[in-house]
Amino acid sequence: MLEFISRMLGRESASSKTVAKERLRLVLVHDRASISPAMLNKLREDLVKVISNYMEIDEAALEFNLCQDDREVALVANIPVVKMKRDYATKELAE
Amino acid sequence: MGEVIVVTSGKGGVGKTTTSANIGTGLASNGHKVVLVDTDIGLRNLDVVLGLENRIVYDLVDVTSGNCRLKQALIKDKRFPNLFLLPAAQTKDKTAVNPEQMKALAEELKTEFDYAIIDCPAGIEQGFRNAIAGADRAVVVCTPEVSAVRDADRIIGLLEAAELRNPKLIINRLRPDMVKRGDMMDISDILDILAIELIGVVPEDESIVVSTNRGEPAVMDMGSKAGEAYRRITKRIEGEDIPLMNLDVPVGIMDRLKRLIGIG
Repeated sequence: MLEFISRMLGRESASSKTVAKERLRLVLVHDRASISPAMLNKLREDLVKVISNYMEIDEAALEFNLCQDDREVALVANIPVVKMKRDYATKELAE
Repeated sequence: MGEVIVVTSGKGGVGKTTTSANIGTGLASNGHKVVLVDTDIGLRNLDVVLGLENRIVYDLVDVTSGNCRLKQALIKDKRFPNLFLLPAAQTKDKTAVNPEQMKALAEELKTEFDYAIIDCPAGIEQGFRNAIAGADRAVVVCTPEVSAVRDADRIIGLLEAAELRNPKLIINRLRPDMVKRGDMMDISDILDILAIELIGVVPEDESIVVSTNRGEPAVMDMGSKAGEAYRRITKRIEGEDIPLMNLDVPVGIMDRLKRLIGIG
């Protein structure tokens, strides 16, 4: 109801402070970890390359993010495995 | 043995110098012996905010480089017999002083004064490293804006890395009317993000412009809201437990109407 009236009065539906807070949250995750989006992307590519040596993964569904909790930052990756590579064991034997 | 408190922010223009001047003047008017040190070499301003710009003979660089004794460079504020200013040099740059010299200066100031308030320049380079070198405590000034909060976060990280633990936050230039509309981050939003202890909230106040025009810190003006906020901050620095001042805006007729029909 209030949102409706606000919209009637021509105001934006989301208050700008919520936008500010959300943007700050995201930018600080990177600031605190001293990692640029470009570097994060490179890390992601490298990780995919290494994991792909051992198993087939669903790259499209891969989630890869820096998560923030209070003043701590964690790297959280959710990597769906399609199948294990059978030739991994034989490769290791051959070497 | 006195205490050295650095006032810093990262971002420029958030009110470090105004805050330094008001905290220093407030502490002096409460009877402490205080020295304000301007470390913004090349861009000094604490002198004009305090109204002492016409009395500078020697400066910080003269002291650290041994051109004069500390006592010769200190400017005594005529309004408060126990308030002094050590001005920054205007014609040199930040590299004219190094952190070791600042540490030595801080030690000397601690033997003479109850409080030394260090006004830090903007940025995170040598000027910042000089300003924090001899500090025992840090106060971080931040306005309720994305850029200022981001820079404050960076500064808090750098202070902790420099072993200046538990910096305290001053939220400056808060506009309660905008907070109420949801168009400005409020106190809890900022504390949530920065996760440090609050030592005061200063409302946006035109009297700051007037007091800076005159060179008389707002803390001396009993009618100023910002001055009242600074008086409370001063007491908290002295260790008293003072509640935040009431910053509520008067309820307008539209709010009352909205509440009446149950949508507010």
